[in-house]
Amino acid sequence: MSFSDADFFSNSDFFSNSDLAALWLTLRLASTVTLILLLVGTPIAYWLARTKSSWKGPISAIVALPLVLPPTVLGFYLLIAMGPNGFIGQLTQSLGLGTLAFTFWGLVVGSVFYSLPFVVQPIQNAIEALGDRPLEVAATLRAGPLDRFFTVVLPLAKPGFLTAAVLGFAHTVGEFGVVLMIGGNIPDETRVVSVQIYDHVEALEYTQAHALAGLMVVFTFLVLLGLYWFQRKHAPLLIK
Amino acid sequence: MPFIKTFVFITFFCVASLSQAQTEQQAKTDPQHPHETIHIAVASNFTFAMNELITQFEANTGHSVKASYGSSGKIYAQIQHGAPFQIFFSADQAKPKALEDAGMVVADSRFTYAVGALVLWSTKPDLIVNGESVLSGDDFNKLALANPKLAPYGAAAVQVLEQLNRVKSTRSKWIQGENIAQTYQFVATGNADLGFVALSQLKQAQLKQASPKPDSSWVVPQTLYSPIKQDAVLLKRGKDSAAAKALISFIQSNQGRTIIESYGYTSTSNAVTNQSKHLDQQIHVDQ
Repeated sequence: MSFSDADFFSNSDFFSNSDLAALWLTLRLASTVTLILLLVGTPIAYWLARTKSSWKGPISAIVALPLVLPPTVLGFYLLIAMGPNGFIGQLTQSLGLGTLAFTFWGLVVGSVFYSLPFVVQPIQNAIEALGDRPLEVAATLRAGPLDRFFTVVLPLAKPGFLTAAVLGFAHTVGEFGVVLMIGGNIPDETRVVSVQIYDHVEALEYTQAHALAGLMVVFTFLVLLGLYWFQRKHAPLLIK
Repeated sequence: MPFIKTFVFITFFCVASLSQAQTEQQAKTDPQHPHETIHIAVASNFTFAMNELITQFEANTGHSVKASYGSSGKIYAQIQHGAPFQIFFSADQAKPKALEDAGMVVADSRFTYAVGALVLWSTKPDLIVNGESVLSGDDFNKLALANPKLAPYGAAAVQVLEQLNRVKSTRSKWIQGENIAQTYQFVATGNADLGFVALSQLKQAQLKQASPKPDSSWVVPQTLYSPIKQDAVLLKRGKDSAAAKALISFIQSNQGRTIIESYGYTSTSNAVTNQSKHLDQQIHVDQ
């Protein structure tokens, strides 16, 4: 067998080009997803924290689904939904975007669903911990809703936002099942680190698998260590 | 939390009654003929065929077989780390060979139990009208194939593309499944217009559907790729197991081979050419 990729069967003992490409793609994906999740998750978290509506229960449950749902299940339904006959597929096709499966943006959409609770919940907890009082005081001083959010909620709940960003990022880096289902293993497009490790193990390339997996372990440990150290400094706003 | 307590109790009760049922089941076996329970590991692509083989074998002999299905790479790693399997049915020849070289199998026990056939498949009935010519056109969005580095069906697909001189022109449209099952899924869900899948999968799907959906396919001539041979080995753990040896004999018997062939594999490589013609007719029955 011959392949046009030089590194298809690379035997370097450290990171090959395809490993580096996978690392870079993973960082790009996690950053994009974290940014989108902060923008999407904040209004959801704010609404959940403040609402008295009977919708609170069902919406909270939907947001928390990815915590308990196996990623392969989520990925499988995303694959169907993104297909030409699925509802996401219909939508993207009518917008002239084609179908999302096997593209970077398809992974972004999947990861946004998958990491949503990790971003929404810390922000929601932080806003709930503020209570009504600061917002009521601000309202009596004629601060409008947006003004209240930017001048009261955001500064006071900052640790919650930071926790959300770190967890959302780390969770996306570690994602595997969803990517496997909707990715298609395309270099520079959907071949992320977790898939690359899986491929190394499956191909019995244990040295490369160890190198990448070791890197992931160290990264995850450092991220969590930093997070807990930070939370100890801001004790009252822990994740429940 | 009364709810939690109730839940735990119910769960416990279910588990207890299940294990009770199992002990009763085991107690029923006839002490005159010792029936063994053996554990085997099987590459996932062979799941359905193996299920039927096991059903027949158990009915014939009274032994019971517990099968774990998974990717050959993972099973290989598990066996190396002491997994309790007595026979390993791989999706390729390399992994059983590697275990043989590592001295983990019974000498001379390696044999080819099935040979897979490759099909180019689409859920669009009017896409593959003229065999390979669809690959030269631009009428498809993606071409799904199993990862050639991991899956023999993927390596075979790349061989076919090389033979047809279509690697460069289609490369940008490749999407790779981790295994042949995932590759099938990419095509079946309509996300990829074209894909190289296993003939056994299409036969399986035809059997399952009450009314076959229209599709199009091209059974790739065996001249375009080396035979996808799947090898099995008797592992050291099965050295003294009569049941393990009996299962291997059954799979090599005419009855076993008939079952294997009914699932879209060939059981010996020399019957390949006739077989593929005959399967070709079968696969196009629905069009």
